[in-house]
Amino acid sequence: MESTILTTLTDQPVGPTLDKTPTGISGLDQITGGGLPRGRVTLVAGSAGAGKTLLGLNFLVAGAREYDEPGVLMTFEESADKVASNVRSLGFDLDELQRKGMLVVLAFRVDPSEITAAGDFDLEPIFAILADAIERVGAKRVVLDTIEVIFGAFGDDTIVRSELIRLVRWLDDRGITAVLIGERGNRGGDSLTRHGIEEYVTDCVIVLDHRVTAEISTRRLRVVKYRGSAHGTNEYPFLISARGFTVLPITSVALDYAASEDRVSTGIPRLDHMLGGGMFRGSTLMVSGTAGTGKTSVGAHMVNSACARGEHALMVLLEESPEQVLRNMQSLGLDLRPWVEAGLLRIWAARPSAFGLETHLAILAGLIEEEKPSVAVLDGIASLSNTTLDAEVTSSVARQIDLLKTRGITSVITALGQGEDVSTVSVSAMVDTWLQLRNIEANGERNRLLFVLKSRGTSHSNQVREFVLTDHGVELVDVYIGAAGVLAGSARVTQQAAERDEELRIAEELARRRRELHRSVIEREAHIVATQDQLDAERTEINRIDLREGHLVADIEADRSTMAARRWADASPHNGETL
Amino acid sequence: MSEPYPANDWTGAEHDEQWDLCVYVTDNSPKSQRAIENLRRACEEHLTGRYQIEIVDVLKDPRRAAADQILAAPTVVRRVPSPIRKLVGDLSDSNRLLIGLEIRPSGEPA
Repeated sequence: MESTILTTLTDQPVGPTLDKTPTGISGLDQITGGGLPRGRVTLVAGSAGAGKTLLGLNFLVAGAREYDEPGVLMTFEESADKVASNVRSLGFDLDELQRKGMLVVLAFRVDPSEITAAGDFDLEPIFAILADAIERVGAKRVVLDTIEVIFGAFGDDTIVRSELIRLVRWLDDRGITAVLIGERGNRGGDSLTRHGIEEYVTDCVIVLDHRVTAEISTRRLRVVKYRGSAHGTNEYPFLISARGFTVLPITSVALDYAASEDRVSTGIPRLDHMLGGGMFRGSTLMVSGTAGTGKTSVGAHMVNSACARGEHALMVLLEESPEQVLRNMQSLGLDLRPWVEAGLLRIWAARPSAFGLETHLAILAGLIEEEKPSVAVLDGIASLSNTTLDAEVTSSVARQIDLLKTRGITSVITALGQGEDVSTVSVSAMVDTWLQLRNIEANGERNRLLFVLKSRGTSHSNQVREFVLTDHGVELVDVYIGAAGVLAGSARVTQQAAERDEELRIAEELARRRRELHRSVIEREAHIVATQDQLDAERTEINRIDLREGHLVADIEADRSTMAARRWADASPHNGETL
Repeated sequence: MSEPYPANDWTGAEHDEQWDLCVYVTDNSPKSQRAIENLRRACEEHLTGRYQIEIVDVLKDPRRAAADQILAAPTVVRRVPSPIRKLVGDLSDSNRLLIGLEIRPSGEPA
């Protein structure tokens, strides 16, 4: 019995889990662990033009389109037509949603100059109008934009404030997930909104910020409060693009990527070999080097081989135009154009100064979402630092790497950097493989050397290779270490020629020696044959002599008998008797 | 608003002009009742015989309230003469009522 109780206890979460309503803004849902608190009111505060209205509309449109949750928009800012036309370019057809009964847009024009306050009042009409609209479409979501407008319109802010608190409770009681949009005060101070009360009565507070640094604007979002729920507390960049509102939860550097054992070819066979068989799938390779060392060609090779396997690839260019890169790579025998035409390769180029770092990141996220590449190249990340501080670049690059890794994309990033300078080093901690291309100058020429500075999880070659750009792509060639150091380029060629001569000389020497020995062997064999003949002859001679000897004895015996018979010998000489 | 009105050009000052007013109330809340009473009293006093008042209950007809851009109650709207004027509150302050609706007290010289 006790064990059952224990099981039930452990199986039950402590307290009720908070139900959440997805906003349909993927990054935001990720930060908040599922969306806004269901059936509660969320305050979205921000300065003018920070994107508050768009967040609210995205929430409503996603509800209507994806979650079958109709909504009501009550705006005090613009006319209904203006609201609809503002978001039409984002693919939000508010008119159509209204026709389908998934949305009600209530627009109010509040002009304080035509309103005079004369005594006690309440905001009961707002409640009645909302109640009617909610009932009409069965709304689950409500957005009020912007509450600040109501303040000041009726002269008495005390009444408005208490009425708004009552409105929040009223929405809570109805189980409506609501977004209250508030203007951020420019007085600074502790208050998030100009009238600074809503944040105490709402369960969730999101602040949007729009900053301009170095003439580049960056939008950021922060979840200030989320009652009863864990949430990411960082400032997250967000982007307002043709796809609507995108938040990038890129600081989720959680280090929980799946580590693949799969190898992906870099497209340069000898480089694959140096890395122990290619890059690990989903890992990041950084190529650093000074200008003109051929960094881009490493990325191009990688992309080329991915496309040849039928995989999708993405190239983000920060220094050159796509046409330039296509042409340059063609001179290396890498024709990327067919892949672009086949829709396998997407090349996106932009000057880093055109966007802020965060925007750049957001665009990358968008491209990844669209293309779902297996391989990505970020060419020229260091040029991002032209516009901002190094620390910010490092953080941005870290997020980009993180973004690629979480998506399991094998990537090559190229960075301009001489040696192991600080910014490259700080980024290098986040990459798995670091290749460095270095120019060496000798004998009046420049040659490129490739070093593998690190490669996680692989027994990689620690040798230097010469990096040669040929008309059939990149080739890695062994370098020669001589008394004057590493030899590359024509010095290497000279050395190679000298070595070839030496090899030839040795080969000739060997051939001569072989011929000599061969002759000697033949001679000796002939000698052996002659000796053998002589031996045989001598043996034959011996035999003949033996034979001859036998005959001779027999003849002598025979002669002796004949003579004895002739002499009438009466005793055998062997009897010992005298003759 | 900032410029003073010329003495003989008070809007609605002409005695034959008709006034069309609408008051938006919520049910028969005390505030609403007070507003209706105060408005009627002022009209009887200053616009005798040349005014009409429509009473709209926003709880019964919220869509009408939405269409007429009513957010607070009680609200009195002066539809005619133009321009439109809105007065929010129970109208307990009769001075503000007259100023807000731009009614020239009948005692004042034209």
